[in-house]
Amino acid sequence: MLRGVDFEVARGSIFALLGSNGAGKTTVVRILSTLLKADAGSVDVNGFDVATQSAGVRESISLTGQFAAVDEILTGRENLVLVARLRNLKDPGRIADGLLERFSLTDAANRRVSEYSGGMRRRLDIAMSLSGNPPVIFLDEPTTGLDPQSRLEVWQAVKELAGRGTMVLLTTQYLDEAEQLADRIAILHKGTIIVNGTLAEPQQLLPPAKVEYVEKKPTLENVFLALVSEDGGGRSAEPTSQESR
Amino acid sequence: MITRFLGDTTILLGRSLRHIVRSVDTIITTAVMPVAMMLLFVYVFGGAIDTGSDSYVNYLLPGILLITVASGIAYTAVRLFTDMKSGIFERFQSMPIVRSSVLWAHVLTSLVANLISLVVMLAVALLIGFRSGAGVLAWLAIAGVLFLFTLALTWIAVIPGLSAKSAEGASAFSYPLIFLPFLSTAFVPTATMPGPVRVFAENQPVTPIVSAIRALMTEQPVGNDIWIALGWCVGVLVVAYFLAISAYRRKIS
Repeated sequence: MLRGVDFEVARGSIFALLGSNGAGKTTVVRILSTLLKADAGSVDVNGFDVATQSAGVRESISLTGQFAAVDEILTGRENLVLVARLRNLKDPGRIADGLLERFSLTDAANRRVSEYSGGMRRRLDIAMSLSGNPPVIFLDEPTTGLDPQSRLEVWQAVKELAGRGTMVLLTTQYLDEAEQLADRIAILHKGTIIVNGTLAEPQQLLPPAKVEYVEKKPTLENVFLALVSEDGGGRSAEPTSQESR
Repeated sequence: MITRFLGDTTILLGRSLRHIVRSVDTIITTAVMPVAMMLLFVYVFGGAIDTGSDSYVNYLLPGILLITVASGIAYTAVRLFTDMKSGIFERFQSMPIVRSSVLWAHVLTSLVANLISLVVMLAVALLIGFRSGAGVLAWLAIAGVLFLFTLALTWIAVIPGLSAKSAEGASAFSYPLIFLPFLSTAFVPTATMPGPVRVFAENQPVTPIVSAIRALMTEQPVGNDIWIALGWCVGVLVVAYFLAISAYRRKIS
């Protein structure tokens, strides 16, 4: 049940739809990707109306749903070739190899996806969505259930996408994820968007920041990533802000 | 549009066929049960059953072939259910393809998988003494009836495949279909059945289908049975198709 959901997303920007479980995030994504018809209201995606020009919408978008939608029985490479062929792209094999490389899956290319870890599946899932470079990408809770490293890899991929001019809409229930990635953030609560703006705007809703001195200890995430990363801690997370308000 | 549909369906059919090749166990399971049943009936019960024909394998085979298809389509439902569950169905539906090709690829895969099991059954039957003097035309007619029967049952399988909540639920619908041949002339003549059972057995769809195939295999005149059989197959096919399409519309608008 959605009421009063109204937003625009600019090309090359990342828009985060933030909300708790059951807020209606997935419903929004399903309507945007023409899987569900809205009872009322109008939605344009890349200039196409989702109700009357759904074919045009599907040409423009790629959906990465809440659960990695990959074919377990096929290999990673076969999954990518399949999607490229369905998108009618020239030279699906080369496109698949390029994406495997980009998402560091080349070594696992010819293994069946059922043997992949959760993070690898998610990376493959996102790689499949990028086949054919659609101008609009929907990511429905892309990092739910991922370990911290895979989460950083996904974040990196999302930032790269926006850098190439792709419009990214992502839903998340993690506040830090929205803070890290998004240019604009909307908070969806019980089917209604209650806040919509840049990160600075919602922050202004609260009293101004006051300065406190806090001893800056590494977070458990910093420690974890430093200990487990293969290249001796080079891949540590950006230190999180310790400023409190 | 039509070339797009054919192209998309071919690509997706290739995908499901690869599934079948890689999970040979499902084909073996599909064939093992009817093979076991055939051996049981031929070598254990068959000797005590008076069918009026000189070879019980010849009498039994049409019914066994129908049971093979009925148990084979359970996997059609499970394959479709797995696609729904994993989200890959929605991925395909949100891509610029002809949407119905996803469903048609599953239907065609079901036809291919059942064709393989039917050939296996026929080979086993030949090994244990099935013989037929039927000509090419009769065999084409048999193939046609089995094709329509498989297509009708496949569209029935699409309904739970789209709407089931669990994999067990998706395949459970096939049990009554597997059981139906037992309440027909597939294994025994109806003469010894008590009244109501006999009425049911003589008027349910499996009986004319079995009789028509049996007549074609044994070079007997098929009479009206073939038309009643085709009528049932086409009728069930049309009803199942529309129910399946409306279940599909409920999933994807």
